[in-house]
Amino acid sequence: MKLFKGQGTADLGKPWRYEEDGLTVTRGCAWSPPGCHPVGCGIKTYVNAEGELVKVEGDENHPVTGGRLCVRCLTMRDYVYNPDRVLYPMKRAREDRGKNKWERITWEEAFDTIAEKVAYYKENYGAESILMQGGTGREGGPMLPAYAQAALGTPNASQPLSGYSCYIPRVAGTTYVMGVAYPEMDYAGGLPGRYDDPMFKLPELIVFWGKDPLPTNGDGLFGHSAIDMMRRGSKLMVIDPRVTWASTRADYHLRLRPGTDTALAMAMLDVIISEDLYDHEFVEKWCYGFEQLAERVATMPVEKAADICGVEADLIREAARAYAAAKPAQIAWGLAIDMKSNGTQAGHSILALEAITGNVDVPGGQLVGDVNDGLELGFGWKELGVELQNKILGLKEYPAMVSFVLNAHCDMVLDALETGEPYAFKMAGFEDCNGLAGTDCAQPARWHKAYQNLEWCFGIDVWLTPTIQACCELFLPLSSTIEHDTVVYSHYGASPITMGVANKSITVGEGKGDCEIMYEIGRRCMPINFGRFANFYEFLEEYRLNGKTTFEALREEVVHQKTETLSYYKYKSGKLRPDGQPGFNTPTGRVELYSTMFRQFGEDPLPYYEEPQYSPASTPELMEEYPMVLTTGARTYCYFHSEGKQIPYLREINPDPIVEVNPQDAQRYGIANGQWVRLTNQFGSCVLKAKVTQQVYPGLVAAQHGFWFPEADSEEPVLYDIWRSNINNLMPHFHVGKLGFGAPYKCLICKIEPIADNFDTDMAEVWRRWGNPAVRK
Amino acid sequence: MTAYGLLIDYEYCSGCQSCEVACKEEHKIPVGQWGIRILDDGPWECTDGKFNWNKIPTPTRLCDLCAERTAKGKQPSCVHHCLTGCMQYGTVEELAKELEEKPNQVLFVPKPYQY
Repeated sequence: MKLFKGQGTADLGKPWRYEEDGLTVTRGCAWSPPGCHPVGCGIKTYVNAEGELVKVEGDENHPVTGGRLCVRCLTMRDYVYNPDRVLYPMKRAREDRGKNKWERITWEEAFDTIAEKVAYYKENYGAESILMQGGTGREGGPMLPAYAQAALGTPNASQPLSGYSCYIPRVAGTTYVMGVAYPEMDYAGGLPGRYDDPMFKLPELIVFWGKDPLPTNGDGLFGHSAIDMMRRGSKLMVIDPRVTWASTRADYHLRLRPGTDTALAMAMLDVIISEDLYDHEFVEKWCYGFEQLAERVATMPVEKAADICGVEADLIREAARAYAAAKPAQIAWGLAIDMKSNGTQAGHSILALEAITGNVDVPGGQLVGDVNDGLELGFGWKELGVELQNKILGLKEYPAMVSFVLNAHCDMVLDALETGEPYAFKMAGFEDCNGLAGTDCAQPARWHKAYQNLEWCFGIDVWLTPTIQACCELFLPLSSTIEHDTVVYSHYGASPITMGVANKSITVGEGKGDCEIMYEIGRRCMPINFGRFANFYEFLEEYRLNGKTTFEALREEVVHQKTETLSYYKYKSGKLRPDGQPGFNTPTGRVELYSTMFRQFGEDPLPYYEEPQYSPASTPELMEEYPMVLTTGARTYCYFHSEGKQIPYLREINPDPIVEVNPQDAQRYGIANGQWVRLTNQFGSCVLKAKVTQQVYPGLVAAQHGFWFPEADSEEPVLYDIWRSNINNLMPHFHVGKLGFGAPYKCLICKIEPIADNFDTDMAEVWRRWGNPAVRK
Repeated sequence: MTAYGLLIDYEYCSGCQSCEVACKEEHKIPVGQWGIRILDDGPWECTDGKFNWNKIPTPTRLCDLCAERTAKGKQPSCVHHCLTGCMQYGTVEELAKELEEKPNQVLFVPKPYQY
């Protein structure tokens, strides 16, 4: 079965390891590093007799990717042998923060130092004085609570992203409203016959809502599956303020103003309900609160939403009708849903659209996991004991977030770091998290200063990131996805798609994988959680494979489609609930269009629209000074957030941080294409390079995020120039929704002015530093 | 002698640039040079409100159609790794037939570069 006509066939049916032309070829599934979400794309490494990586290639045996590989893995050799990569554990003195005074040490010393510090701070200040900061896109991302709670014994895990505005708001909302982890667009990834499998039905309509999954592969969704399905006849709808390439291939493109998604979704619900286009049987049998929802969305008629969103009323009507008529239809919802304080309501409205049209848990609709599929939350939580559990920061203020994701509330962490209230943090770990570099931290200069109140910190990464350089006393080197054994599961295990192995095929320095580092820290600091494992593999098999199979057995398969748990209409068969009864795993057993959980948390149980805090509608008085709507963070193929700037072929694709400006605005403000500009708002400013393009409409600018400059001076105060183009300088602190979720990273305001300076990257220098690297051992 | 080419279905080229980078890795081509390059036309708005945006992978004078790989029965590296699967390698004769099957395709027949 070919997924596409040009698919390779030369190596079909090869075992997990074989010889070819004097090279050892190892098949595996890539996760991270290099940073990515867990699609587990099939990758083959070609290694010579000296153990050196000669090249990589996509593995055509992989049922989802079929040999396709993106630029981030294609440049694997430039990544693993990069001259800037740190290959050994290092330490430095507290007074040398920000300076290149690192000294190589052994892993034993590194782990023993962590254990010693953890014991010291627990004894003198309580375990809650230890903070674990984590990021995304590494294997350690979803392990963040476990790193904190199971391995270090502190309740306080936290991603330093305001309002935890990434994925978690959608997951929490889905859990409360629908009782499942995440409704992924169904691309037949877990079915042996893929798109031709008899169990599958090709979607008539795919909707990208606040998501551009082609470059991002968000949360393990292989985005280009949508193209596979479009070639087979699926239509596309794109809901996005920007013109994306995908939007030009869509039948419907709704270019709403950033942050207004809830108004649009409510109006679409109103059209579908008032025109009687909904699935009566599903609504009557499996939904709760339909009448209340109908009444609420009637307050958002199409004309009103058209005014709010800046989308023509007729287009909203047509889109709603097309979505309701398509059988099945599927929605891929994205980060834009989370990045606003009104995001919980946007998510709730989209879940309601999926439910009332009967698209949940049906072939080609929204794929949901059964009661046994789930995120790996909870490891080590019980063992903390009630007293420590109650100390997790934000439990009282934001229970809907904190008790669900077992993370301290991100914004409260900054306040506590600054004020020492309700208690002071003394020690921190930075696990795969370059938060200062325009990725997570809103108001990064405040975070940078606040981190200096910490007495002792360690960091885990492949690179000496600006965040680690600024804050840490200890550096633990991470190995790449082809240097360690581990398990990768699409969607962090929450969707019945694939499980695969990342196979160790080379050794570079002394890097270790995230799972192994956590195991080594855990067995020293928290034997109660790790003492039962004789070695790292036993831990991996319990933690990732739930004891269901062994690493060795899975390795023989390389990648496994989860056919044994994949089924549809589970709400009828009882597979969505722990008690085996039909229905959804919610308090009412139904999809809660009226959410009893939201009500319990003190939130409105029904969707409602709220303007972004700063916008033409909510702050007209500010628009004279800050006339542009600012959206940020659209992803590219070449970078995973802050990662990839040292890889010449990636840097060449996107050498400088870009802000998209419409030609009309460029004329108005005297900005030439390629000119550097300053973006300023009431919270801060940064400089970016203007790309004059119709991708954005007049009045909107779209800025890239996550830029730092590894070619710049790494020491303080330059710190790889992280402040110059840091878009998060313009992000306000603590502008979150009522339940604690969501912050306006994608819907702010600013002004834009041309500047005379030129900061263009010198690609000759990039090539000189990092091009075609020699093998490192 | 049989002529070989690259058939590009540019209706579906998403501009992922895997072809460019796969080629650079295969042939060790430095930055600033390419063996295949995506020509990018758009987005610009048409009178009917739709946007034109075509990305067309175009072999350069450094393209050798991956002679080493194809001799071993493999696809050229660009074709193998293309995320959308919008590329095909084959004889001009067979690819020319594909041109008739759907619009928005283009067939390149590069003169192979001698590495």
